[in-house]
Amino acid sequence: MDSGEVIIRVENLTAGYEGRTILENINFEVRRGEVFVILGGSGCGKSTLLKHMIGLYPVMSGHVWIDGHDIVTAEGAENEAILRTFGVMYQSGALFGSMTLLENVRLPMETFTSLDMEQMDLLARMKLSLVGLVQFTGHLPNEISGGMQKRAAIARAMALDPQILFLDEPSAGLDPITSAELDALIRRLADSLGVTFVIVTHELASIYAIADRIIMLDKRVKGIIADGDPRRMRDESTDPYVRQFFHRQAELADA
Amino acid sequence: MSTAALAVSEAPDGRRVLALSGTLDAETIPVVWRDALRAVTEAPTRPVVVDAAGVEYCDGAGIALLVDLLRQPRQAPVEVANLNPSFDALLKQFDPHDLDHDLDPEVARRPAIEELGRTTAIMWRDMRTQIEFVGQATAALASAIRHPTTIRWRDVWVVCERVGADALPIVALISFLFGLILSFQSAVPMRQYGAEVFVADLIGLGMVREMGTLLTAIILAGRSGAAFAAEIGTMRVNQEIDALTTMGIDPVRFLVTTRVIAAVLMTPLLSLFAMLIGMLGGAFTMLSFGIPFVTFVKEVESAVSFTDFMSGWVKSFVFAIAIAGIGCLRGLQTSAGASAVGDSTTRAVVSGLVLIVIIDGVFAVLYFFLDV
Repeated sequence: MDSGEVIIRVENLTAGYEGRTILENINFEVRRGEVFVILGGSGCGKSTLLKHMIGLYPVMSGHVWIDGHDIVTAEGAENEAILRTFGVMYQSGALFGSMTLLENVRLPMETFTSLDMEQMDLLARMKLSLVGLVQFTGHLPNEISGGMQKRAAIARAMALDPQILFLDEPSAGLDPITSAELDALIRRLADSLGVTFVIVTHELASIYAIADRIIMLDKRVKGIIADGDPRRMRDESTDPYVRQFFHRQAELADA
Repeated sequence: MSTAALAVSEAPDGRRVLALSGTLDAETIPVVWRDALRAVTEAPTRPVVVDAAGVEYCDGAGIALLVDLLRQPRQAPVEVANLNPSFDALLKQFDPHDLDHDLDPEVARRPAIEELGRTTAIMWRDMRTQIEFVGQATAALASAIRHPTTIRWRDVWVVCERVGADALPIVALISFLFGLILSFQSAVPMRQYGAEVFVADLIGLGMVREMGTLLTAIILAGRSGAAFAAEIGTMRVNQEIDALTTMGIDPVRFLVTTRVIAAVLMTPLLSLFAMLIGMLGGAFTMLSFGIPFVTFVKEVESAVSFTDFMSGWVKSFVFAIAIAGIGCLRGLQTSAGASAVGDSTTRAVVSGLVLIVIIDGVFAVLYFFLDV
């Protein structure tokens, strides 16, 4: 595995909506096989950063290079090739309500592979079993709980074994056991297949368990205020906001 | 371009060896999957070893191939050997024999008679809901009229604009063309008898007694009834209705009253507008048949009485209540899921049209006995 190679490079990214700047001049790199966590308080632009990194919204200025291609300028076949390199799990799950879980996971396979229906079914079942939902393959999304929908959405994002997985708050709404299982799954995929993860999350326990590197965003500077290993950041950072973020959450956990 | 390869050989000890090599991913495995599966299933009594020493890369799809080979029902065992430990960790996540165990509800196939009974029961329940809703809405309206200050007038005016002012162009277009076409179709045969001037009577009476109100009601059902159902349905899906209920605010009073009041205020005005524009369309045709506008107006004046006008116009109030009410009801009845809002919108339009026909029929019978 080409560990250490840069797979995502965000260059001078300025982003926002309808003329309102939320993030200004952001620069960072994500390496292949890394579990990269984006952290920060509410409204600091975590989801905005994620949505601009995957090309969902046009950036105000700057570039996002994914596996050597600039998603900001890519069009047509190049854009399709970039989209094939990553999978996305949205905060709400965004499963297709009229399709069963199996059909949801199978949909990208039907579109992009030449596998038989039975082979796709097996593969989709395996993806669902990874997130503990193999017994619910024939259920519709509205027949299962919110946490289960989220896990099914992760299974769908993994359908084509992408090199990169973008997860928007994967463990929010999950019970601690499922959340820990999900962390183990993320770590296993990163270690054995070299899958790169870009994760937006608040869960400190989960961050310590999985993150290789984190960046922390702050809305006052519209950018990154801390970048590095989560434990070192907790113990060594002098920024009062960063300290408060880690220690206040830790206090709450101890209380 | 990476590829996958399969070589089948027989070992001296009687085992069959499937040597997989190359890259195993979704793009490469379709070629080897079927051959590998055949090699495993055609000799169920011989042990099989899948030798994965040559596998350089194996993602989820490759693991699926291995799992498929391992889960085949056969007498002799299948084992995977020499798989790179990091890929082996992926394989170990799955129990090949536990992937088909579903808890999904069985899709029940029922005899026709049971289906008929169920459908009747559903229709009966729906009828009861509608009657209950009429009661709730009437109570809410009555209380709103007794205490006009409790009505959210700002919402009422917003809905009035959407139901009334925004509907003017479509009502104008349809009524004008309707008047134009109807008068043209009747003027051609009537000219044979030199009676084309009486087309004015036909258009006047037709628009005033029946068509002006009916056209408006149909447009209202398609536009506003559907919009109410979609709006309230989306609120139901987003749990906004639940939020209202737990705040102690009656959703019927909060959402339905404003919409019904707005519809009752606007529909009669729209009907009036439709009647006039429809007659204008008729007058337009008459001009081309050589009958001047003044003659047309005189003819309509002599043919249409105030009673005729009232008999048509009164219906617009009833149509407004029915269409706005059924639109809101279907919205409130919205179930969960992505297609739910679409379903309730469809049901709102269909129920609205059915109600229009029924109400119009009731009025026709009533007017016959009242000799109007």
